[in-house]
Amino acid sequence: MAGLTQKERMKIKRHEMPNQDPFVRRGNYDEVALGYSLETAKEEAERCLQCKEPKCVEGCPVGVMIPQFIKALREGDIVKSVQWMKAKNNLPAICGRVCPQEVQCEGNCILGKKGEPVAIGRLERFVGDYELVHRTCPLEKAPKTGKKAAVVGSGPAGLTCAVDLAREGHEVTMFESLHSSGGVLIYGIPEFRLPKKVVHSEVNYAVECLGIDIKVDHIIGRTFTLDELLKNYSAVFLGTGAGLPSFMKIPGINYNGVMSANEFLTRVNLMKGYKFPEYDTPVKVGGEVAVIGAGNVAMDAARCSLRLQTLHSGKSENNSGEVHMVYRRSRDEVPARGEEFHHAEEEGVIFNFLTNPIEILGDEKGNVRGMRCIRMKLGEPDNSGRRSPAAILGSEFEMKVDTVIMALGTSPNPLVFVDAAGLERTRHGTVVADRKTGRTMKHRVWAGGDIITGAATVISAMGAGKRAAADINNFLKGEVPW
Amino acid sequence: MYKILRKETFSDVTKLMEIQAPHVAHSAKAGQFIIVRIDEAGERIPLTIADYDKEKGSITIIFQEVGKSTMHLGRMEPGAEISTLAGPLGHPTEIKNYGTIICVGGGVGIAPIYPIARSLKEAGNTVISIIGARTKSLLFWEDKMREVSDELIACTDDGSYGRKSLVTEPLKEFLENKDKKIARVWAIGPAIMMKFVSLTTKPYNVPTVVSLNTIMIDGTGMCGGCRVLLDDGAQFVCVDGPEFDAHKVNWDSLLSRLRFYREEEQLSLQRYEHKCRLEGAAEGGR
Ligand SMILES: Cc1cc2nc3c(=O)[nH]c(=O)nc-3n(C[C@H](O)[C@H](O)[C@H](O)COP(=O)(O)OP(=O)(O)OC[C@H]3O[C@@H](n4cnc5c(N)ncnc54)[C@H](O)[C@@H]3O)c2cc1C
Ligand SMILES: Cc1cc2nc3c(=O)[nH]c(=O)nc-3n(C[C@H](O)[C@H](O)[C@H](O)COP(=O)(O)OP(=O)(O)OC[C@H]3O[C@@H](n4cnc5c(N)ncnc54)[C@H](O)[C@@H]3O)c2cc1C
Ligand code: FES
Repeated sequence: MAGLTQKERMKIKRHEMPNQDPFVRRGNYDEVALGYSLETAKEEAERCLQCKEPKCVEGCPVGVMIPQFIKALREGDIVKSVQWMKAKNNLPAICGRVCPQEVQCEGNCILGKKGEPVAIGRLERFVGDYELVHRTCPLEKAPKTGKKAAVVGSGPAGLTCAVDLAREGHEVTMFESLHSSGGVLIYGIPEFRLPKKVVHSEVNYAVECLGIDIKVDHIIGRTFTLDELLKNYSAVFLGTGAGLPSFMKIPGINYNGVMSANEFLTRVNLMKGYKFPEYDTPVKVGGEVAVIGAGNVAMDAARCSLRLQTLHSGKSENNSGEVHMVYRRSRDEVPARGEEFHHAEEEGVIFNFLTNPIEILGDEKGNVRGMRCIRMKLGEPDNSGRRSPAAILGSEFEMKVDTVIMALGTSPNPLVFVDAAGLERTRHGTVVADRKTGRTMKHRVWAGGDIITGAATVISAMGAGKRAAADINNFLKGEVPW
Repeated sequence: MYKILRKETFSDVTKLMEIQAPHVAHSAKAGQFIIVRIDEAGERIPLTIADYDKEKGSITIIFQEVGKSTMHLGRMEPGAEISTLAGPLGHPTEIKNYGTIICVGGGVGIAPIYPIARSLKEAGNTVISIIGARTKSLLFWEDKMREVSDELIACTDDGSYGRKSLVTEPLKEFLENKDKKIARVWAIGPAIMMKFVSLTTKPYNVPTVVSLNTIMIDGTGMCGGCRVLLDDGAQFVCVDGPEFDAHKVNWDSLLSRLRFYREEEQLSLQRYEHKCRLEGAAEGGR
């Protein structure tokens, strides 16, 4: 199809992602999106107009060379496509699955102005998955520099920073408080959206190729403090994310059955609670679940709840309960990734927009029995352009629920700040750092990812890890002073 | 992986283990705890650091077999390895010279109260210790506790050893005694015991510290599953505690939250015992 005209390319329809059937998939934890075949990927790649000034690249926080990787793909040279990809993004199999493409690359695609944008994310995943299996593009390492760097936290920010530093020949030690590396990719995002074998494979490959030393079960601030690390390492990067959950300040949050989305998702994903009793950690939801919020975290919690209910009932076509999303704004403001919202609706999650809980009700045993809510309306747009919700007086009503999962946003966990004098923070608890270099106010300490932005995205955390690694590298080589 | 170096059996259900964990021993202090996960399928359970040896790079835990995880751990032998050992977690005990203080240890709570009593003694306090258990076989470390105490009372619920009483009885007598002003009380044991210690000391307005044993997962403030309701709102036991002012704790909420996974815990235990029986039968048949 080499000689297609632009017009012909524009006539090709965007290729649907093959998905597991909604009724089947809500009874299992297998991946929902099955991935393009080589044929489909090449056909989708034909749609790209190869713009001279590609807008898609501007929309990518790490500047992946999108037209180049797509061109190589449609010419059938997947190895070259991988090389283009990896020049900017080391984790395409992950980003292809979880990036909010509709507001990044695909949101900028010219084709999207009139029709549908090129499915850049799906192509990225295709290329990433090919590389997971074939490993054509080894991570190469510069000669040893003899300099030592510590990376705290093994999420996307920490991983990216560690890989880039190790490639430059520095000796990198990564500290992770949990027993498994990958951050939110492991403990937060569910298996059916991002299979854990993809994350493990990427982490293990980096470790093997580059000799990064990962120390799990090390909580910085407790096991060692930041100041202790600074005695043994020339540079320290903090990528500890924003893992601290928040609860609504309403009565009843301590009843049994109320949990943070972090607790619920950690039980399900990190501890494999959906396989209880084969795995020891139990996780339970009742027949009437309410998830508060409508971001990615809330969608994941709702869809995991649905699966647990269905697995317990043993019948996937006949869901044994209800999962409600309770969100104080309207459908238009839903912050989750488009595909997840769509999948949640398909699977049968019930959406309650313009609704806000005001009290959780319990029974005499201390278990949740319901939730008092109030209806909301949207006011005029505020300075940021968002329409802020306001309660409608007298509209209170009761919802019968037995499980309440709060997905209200998270902030940086302050544990890492023990014995870290001089590390400045904002009043939101995020670390103050230069966005270009990741430098904090503390000597020889860099930071990036959710710890400086608050809960954001995988790709923005990776971008921050990359920028910090570049500055740390220059610093370690003595090319720039602190 | 972390190697089990030594094991002592205090009773059928109470075991001590010394485990190789230099990273934790390095910064461990009295009052802190660790999270242990036995193997890939295991859950993360919190256990107090009963002792530590910085030079040897080891820590000591004492635990009671109450369910699947502790039973499985109790059956492991020196040389075996466990997958996860993270810590030290929580705030250490605030050690200073308060005057005369009482340390109450109930059941397996004797283990975590020991390093606290020892540190308080070293800091110059007059230490009165009250240790108690359901029955004689569950009592341990009386000698170690005596070494660090100016006075020690042992009691059992059934009278099989020491005084036949709950720990709250001698406690109340000390509080009643006007000659000896009690500056502070520490109590560690089952939640229900700590609740009654708290009720006992409250009328006397003696500051009372308890170490709460809520259900945990990460132990680092990430999940909020360990939260406890205090007079002035919820706090996370793993990072804000584990020690709290007993008089502020909402005990009914705490006790109810501890029961939340009762059915699942029993299922897990039954499954484990069944598996052990099958393995035992297979070995016997060989
Ligand atoms: C449920 C859920 C779904 C999401 N879905 C999406 C999505 O679809 N698309 C998207 O782009 N983004 C999504 N996000 C957001 C995205 O995952 C985060 O923005 C991203 O992971 C941040 O990366 P990070 O490296 O900064 O931190 P994290 O991924 O949070 O990693 C931080 C790591 O540091 C460790 N750590 C913390 N404190 C310490 C300490 N004191 N010592 C040692 N280690 C420590 C943590 O255990 C963790 O492993 C989602 C988030 C959640 C929670
Ligand atoms: C900070 C902290 C320090 C602790 N230190 C010690 C220690 O030094 N030694 C020790 O033996 N235990 C200690 N515990 C309690 C220990 O964590 C639990 O006994 C253990 O998790 C039980 O796991 P299991 O699978 O064996 O039993 P499960 O199946 O989980 O539970 C079996 C039974 O024990 C009860 N139970 C469960 N969890 C707890 C708990 N956290 N506290 C009390 N009862 C519980 C259940 O209600 C149930 O009846 C501590 C707990 C905390 C939070
Ligand atoms: S155990 Fe998760 S926050 Fe305390």
